[in-house]
Amino acid sequence: MNNPNAWFQFALYVGALLLVTKPLGLYLMQVLDPRGRTWLDAVVRPVERLTYRLCGINPEQEQGWIGYTFALLAFSLVGLLFTYVILRYQDHLPLNPQGLPGLTPHLAFNTAASFTTNTNWQSYTGEATMSYFSQMVALAIHNFTSAATGIAIAAALVRGIARQSAQTIGNFWTDTVRVTYYLLVPVCFVFALFLVSQGIIQNFKPYTVAKTYEPYTISVPKLDDKGNAVTTSVPKTDEKGQPVMDAAGKPVMVDQPVMVDQKVDTQTIVQGPVASQIAIKMLGTNGGGYVNANAAHPFENPTPLSNFFQILSIFAIPSALTYYLGRMVKNQRHGWAVWGAMFAMFVAGVLVAWEAEASGNPIHQKLGVAAADGNMEGKEVRFGIFNSALFATITTDASCGAVNAMHDSFTPLGGLVPLFNIETGEVIFGGVGAGLYGMLIFVVLAVFIAGLMVGRTPEYLGKKIQAYDVKLVILVLMVLAATILGFTALASVSPWGLAGLNNSGPHGFSEMLYAFSSAVGNNGSAFAGLTANEPHWDTTLGIAMLVGRFLMIVPIMALAGNLAGKKLIPASAGTFKVEGFTFIVLLIGTVVLIGALTFLPALAMGPVVEHYLMGAGTLF
Amino acid sequence: MKTFLTEIKTSVLITLVFAVLLCGAYPLAVWAGAQLLFPAKANGSLVTEADGTVRGSALLAQSFTTDKYFQPRASAAGTGYDASSSGGTNLGPTSQKLNDSIKAAVAAYRTANGLAADAPVPADAVTSSGSGLDPQISVANAGLQAARVAKARNVPVEKVQELVAAHTAGRDLGIFGEAGVNVLMLNVALDQQYPVKK
Repeated sequence: MNNPNAWFQFALYVGALLLVTKPLGLYLMQVLDPRGRTWLDAVVRPVERLTYRLCGINPEQEQGWIGYTFALLAFSLVGLLFTYVILRYQDHLPLNPQGLPGLTPHLAFNTAASFTTNTNWQSYTGEATMSYFSQMVALAIHNFTSAATGIAIAAALVRGIARQSAQTIGNFWTDTVRVTYYLLVPVCFVFALFLVSQGIIQNFKPYTVAKTYEPYTISVPKLDDKGNAVTTSVPKTDEKGQPVMDAAGKPVMVDQPVMVDQKVDTQTIVQGPVASQIAIKMLGTNGGGYVNANAAHPFENPTPLSNFFQILSIFAIPSALTYYLGRMVKNQRHGWAVWGAMFAMFVAGVLVAWEAEASGNPIHQKLGVAAADGNMEGKEVRFGIFNSALFATITTDASCGAVNAMHDSFTPLGGLVPLFNIETGEVIFGGVGAGLYGMLIFVVLAVFIAGLMVGRTPEYLGKKIQAYDVKLVILVLMVLAATILGFTALASVSPWGLAGLNNSGPHGFSEMLYAFSSAVGNNGSAFAGLTANEPHWDTTLGIAMLVGRFLMIVPIMALAGNLAGKKLIPASAGTFKVEGFTFIVLLIGTVVLIGALTFLPALAMGPVVEHYLMGAGTLF
Repeated sequence: MKTFLTEIKTSVLITLVFAVLLCGAYPLAVWAGAQLLFPAKANGSLVTEADGTVRGSALLAQSFTTDKYFQPRASAAGTGYDASSSGGTNLGPTSQKLNDSIKAAVAAYRTANGLAADAPVPADAVTSSGSGLDPQISVANAGLQAARVAKARNVPVEKVQELVAAHTAGRDLGIFGEAGVNVLMLNVALDQQYPVKK
């Protein structure tokens, strides 16, 4: 951490984030108002009107919370099926120059659930699985729509808070269309071209085969005519290399694959429409990579400059939404207080992860690795320690899930930060929309706790918080925690759960805990050593993602509807102020305490114990 | 229920409209702009010879193992440097396997570059990158390899060091990220300027 340049980069990041928050927040005011005006009206307005006409939408007709929720669920269901069908039959569809086959049912379900819920968990290797058509149509459509849906829900909840004695909270279709057309597409177009200028590819050519400079030989399993591995019977040996004998004193025989040498003198270089997808992957906090290595891959994140704008684009909309909140409830200091609580937790996460990664791994340092270099396993030279730790913190504060370094190879505490960030419910800026509506759950809870402490009926911005509201809040928190811990426990005691692991010991447990936290939190990043493309993992993770998204959204919509219908009561001397330092501290306390109380035992069995074992030099 | 069915109809229609605009018009517009403004980058920053043979991408590492070339970081992509199967080892900090591979890499690096048995080795030289295709090595790593490369090519080490300096990319705008040396481009330049006599 004694790297002044890294501190300067951090300061620039914070400065840039602050700089975009207000203008983008004001722009959101216009976008989320059906009659709002923007400088894009001349171009976009006709397309918007045409969309409403083609789809039979009346943009002026507002919906109650049930109508809004129905529209949202119907839209998600159709999108889920749309993607599932394309993925299953991509071999019969155009733009498949590599001739990739259709996906298995469990992988298609997992992936469709993953992209519909803004998770972008990927059980597959992108470049070896998805045709250009699947990437561009089946997956990228959700990068836009799941982001737009998230922002729409946040707007509906904010309207519910801001209105009084109201029956409606907006129109889902209008919100989704306007966010997509006025915000996501224009920004992504410019952003994508900038990314190409840094080296991200954008073409429709088949993969390029390059003739490499130094051919080399690898050992691969020999295959017979049918493509099955050829095996031979050899005596089994124990750990010391001695043959293992059975009871009769004969050597035990095992099958071993026959290896043959293969000369490698080419490199197959991935091509495709990458830039257009990466722009919305970051701005929409989706995070699903075009290629397996995600933003660590030079074609997805070629330069430190592209890296800077990618992490800025993750936080841009979530940060602006706090400003939107302040404007809408006519209490800008409340918006900034929510921002402040998010910001404080963000900085804390960065500092812990950065320190842990910069200190590196004492086990490897004993072997002769330069201690000053930190932990470079799974990291890229151009990003180095600081930008890898910063990216990991941001991508898990938000529900993005893109990675520019492999979290699985982080030090235990460096990996604990992303894991805990996800387990707070991703409310530290959070996903687009999802971060704000998640945080407002904690705001209501914080206000409720404050009310209990002073013995008054809790109020939030002039609305009484009553039993029904608190029940909805608790329902959300309980469902999420129970799903993460329940599924992790199930995987830990199931053969299929253990079969997917890449690491043993506490790190193996962390891989499972991270997978379900990521799925329920709709994050999508992973301790990626886990092999999850298998029916049990694909199915449980798919269910976890759907639960994490929709069992959170429905109670939140009910809360929005209930708050909208309440009357405003004038503030009095005893009203708890939802602004300023006290409120920020109370809000952070609520988030951290709920997260810690729920997940500390599980975290203790994973990264915490691994940290001490690493110090003691224990290997698995 | 009737509301829900109406919404299903709207959902189908709007999904089709979105598919045309967001999955058709948008990527095509980016494609047109990219091919017009930055054609080389949009097509993979390919390294080609005069006769058009593609030899690799300036952004992607490929395998170099002999003494006369600078060697890239270890790769866990496919069977190594497989640009159609990117990824890291994903081995954790207490992994025996990772420990063994780093131990072997440290010993090999010290032997190859004539370092003392207790000399610290740059971390990037003995760890695998995240993508398995990291095109760069650290400046310290390149510096330690320079003498070996110079000897194998029979040129003064200063000449090789000059070439390393010429292929070192500083921080973006002098601020962002970390400095690094592009291995492929450096090796191509070495072959051009100081070819190995056969």
